[in-house]
Amino acid sequence: MIVLGIETSCDETAAAVVTDTGEILAETVLSQLDEHRPYGGVVPEVAARAHLEHIDRLVGETMSKAGTGFDQLEAVAATGGPGLIGGVIVGVMTAKAIAVAQKLPFIAINHLEGHALSARLEATNRVEFPYLLLLVSGGHCQLLSVEGPGHYKRLGTTIDDALGEAFDKTAKMLGLGYPGGPAVEAAAKHGEASRFALPRPMKGRPGCDFSFSGLKTAVRHAAMALPEGPFEERDIADLCAGFQAAAGDVLADRTAHAIDRFLQEHDKCNALVIAGGVAANQSIRQRLQKLADKQAIPLVAPPASLCTDNAAMIAWAAIERITASGPGAAEDGLDFRPRPRWPLDPDAPSAAFAGAKA
Amino acid sequence: MALAGALSRIARAGDVIALKGDLGTGKTVFARAFIRALCGAETEVPSPTFTLVQIYDLDDEETLHHFDLYRLEDPEEALELDIDDAFADGISLIEWPERLGSYLPRQHLEIALSYGGSQKQRSCLISATAEWDQRLAEVSL
Repeated sequence: MIVLGIETSCDETAAAVVTDTGEILAETVLSQLDEHRPYGGVVPEVAARAHLEHIDRLVGETMSKAGTGFDQLEAVAATGGPGLIGGVIVGVMTAKAIAVAQKLPFIAINHLEGHALSARLEATNRVEFPYLLLLVSGGHCQLLSVEGPGHYKRLGTTIDDALGEAFDKTAKMLGLGYPGGPAVEAAAKHGEASRFALPRPMKGRPGCDFSFSGLKTAVRHAAMALPEGPFEERDIADLCAGFQAAAGDVLADRTAHAIDRFLQEHDKCNALVIAGGVAANQSIRQRLQKLADKQAIPLVAPPASLCTDNAAMIAWAAIERITASGPGAAEDGLDFRPRPRWPLDPDAPSAAFAGAKA
Repeated sequence: MALAGALSRIARAGDVIALKGDLGTGKTVFARAFIRALCGAETEVPSPTFTLVQIYDLDDEETLHHFDLYRLEDPEEALELDIDDAFADGISLIEWPERLGSYLPRQHLEIALSYGGSQKQRSCLISATAEWDQRLAEVSL
């Protein structure tokens, strides 16, 4: 079975051709393309038009790189949300058009489901259901119990900023540039985490929800309290290390709660999977490794190319769905409407209580 | 956040509320309180920094657009977010309105948040065009 996947829900325009054995025949992500790039640097594909300009060529290029004809495809899948709606529409309409022209099933995939199942793409390292997923990126920060294709339970989510966003904003405040995650990690390497007393929001509280807005603000207060003038390298290193340590502590605390809750409902947890751009951070990863070791649960992190936004995970999620329920049941109607908000677990209790202090 | 609640009562379709202030001054906290006052206290209000805009449905087919233009580099990019339709169709809350340049409608309410005396305090400066004055008076602001 071969499936074409398309992802356009945020900055990246991406297409991939994936087989049911988990082989990625070809994959193209625009922000990594060297050729045809008149801009230089990573371009935020904020605009639907920007996706629109590239998507046809991208799909064509990916198909020919894969050496696959449209008639060999089992289905066409696209991210149907959540995300920036203009971009999502471009991906969904492209996939629908291909589906109609080639008489193929069209499958709309929830972007979060793509991340949730990406740990099963690599055949050599396939994680069995059920497992616990910590998704930490610029746009999301969630703990999900992954029980099977289409079966997810949200155990916790951020009630304000995503962690990747807090990384980016910390970097910006300290003049470290974009993307902030790698910049903060590099600066933190030689820093003294204990110099600044930064808060651990939500730590010790019941439940699995996150909050990072206050941590970001605390970094700012600490930075403002420094002597006037440009920041010393030492100060930046210490602040970054402090921020990273605080973030790691919070993630570990909330994830520990999630493991407890997970084990109340399942006999065992096959893995703690971390995905999303922040999963690439080594310090965060070590912190979670420590937690996983303590709980005797394997920590699994898909390769970086599958952790960030990509189309292979979208194609793979479609393959999982077809495998689980058959091509007929997996298919979405051509009347599918792109969804700017699309909770993976619609029954999840709202994480709104933070408003109580506001 | 009582302020956000009060303003939510007088806001109506076509309104543009510009939220200014440095990182961490509480723009998103303000927006969250405002949105919950209109859409229900249980509404999840994620930060729109990454997705640039979050859209909420109000009654009567009106919508509320919560923009965060922090990541924009060029005001032209905002047009690609259909910002003019948002202005016409409902209430718009805009964080980092500076990024809009001349595309920010002249008629708008500006809320400028800044750090107050202590870490827990914030000051807020409201500036409005004449059209807003009467409505602000209704809620004693």
